[in-house]
Amino acid sequence: MQIILNGQQKNLDHNITLSTLLDSLNLQPDTMVAEINGRIIKPGSYPQLELKDGDKVELIRFVGGG
Amino acid sequence: MLSIADTSFSSRLFVGTGKFASSSIMRQAVEASGSEMVTVALRRVDLENPADDIMTALDLTKIHFLPNTSGARNAEEAIRLAHLARAASGTSWLKLEVTPDPRTLLPDPVDTLKATEELVREGFTVLPYINADPILALRLQDAGAAAVMPLASPIGTNQGIRTTMQVEIIIAQARVPVVLDAGIGAPSHAAQAMEMGADAVLVNTALAVAGDPVRMARAFKAAVEAGREAFEAGLGRQSKTASASSPLSGMLTADLNFIQA
Repeated sequence: MQIILNGQQKNLDHNITLSTLLDSLNLQPDTMVAEINGRIIKPGSYPQLELKDGDKVELIRFVGGG
Repeated sequence: MLSIADTSFSSRLFVGTGKFASSSIMRQAVEASGSEMVTVALRRVDLENPADDIMTALDLTKIHFLPNTSGARNAEEAIRLAHLARAASGTSWLKLEVTPDPRTLLPDPVDTLKATEELVREGFTVLPYINADPILALRLQDAGAAAVMPLASPIGTNQGIRTTMQVEIIIAQARVPVVLDAGIGAPSHAAQAMEMGADAVLVNTALAVAGDPVRMARAFKAAVEAGREAFEAGLGRQSKTASASSPLSGMLTADLNFIQA
């Protein structure tokens, strides 16, 4: 299946959870926020949240700014 | 002591964390500045470089964290960024920035007011970045803004305070703290802002692009403290004619008596 991850198309296996995706990207969930199809996802639900074909996933974190 | 929304700050210098050559220099500059409030922005995670994380570079036990909504072009985008910032950080503090035109980065007053009203309703502590407009500052204060952040000159220009008259009116009228933001390019500009009675200043570019950002941070710290001290001491009045500092009596030579005439 295919998702849009931070604006880029990405092919994934079926039944992958958000936690598994973050692990595969070497991302620590505690300093970022995930938004799927415009909805903010609570960190506690990452392990249960299965991604679906066509999902728009945004992974966002703080960077330097004024 | 400076107090914003019931939080006290012993430093009146706020520091932005953008544009530094490395996160290590940024961290050292923040430390040297003595600042207790730093701004950060929200962006997509760089998937090529997932370990690059600003949160690990800052000592958040000593520093308040002020996420901004930079990149928002209207109220709706700013509100979305505010929700993401709160989810990512747990803080409800927000520097609200709505800049529709990337060329000038001047803030949209109408959407800034609209977003402030909504975010205050949602329980955010909102510090809006605004043009130096005294009426807008009052409207934002009435809408529940915790402080107002008028610009000295456009973001990143280092041009100093080009909005002196309007900022003076904002300071005279405001019941909430006034944080002079944007365009402050030298410690003398920061000192001037503090002498005018600003409650704090926010500096980023001037530190980040300095030859030695850490020394420049120390210079700004000293300037902000000097300017505040001068404001609290009460500056002398300006005059258009000379007024001797030395006594005009007891002159040693009669020739100088003309001074008394």
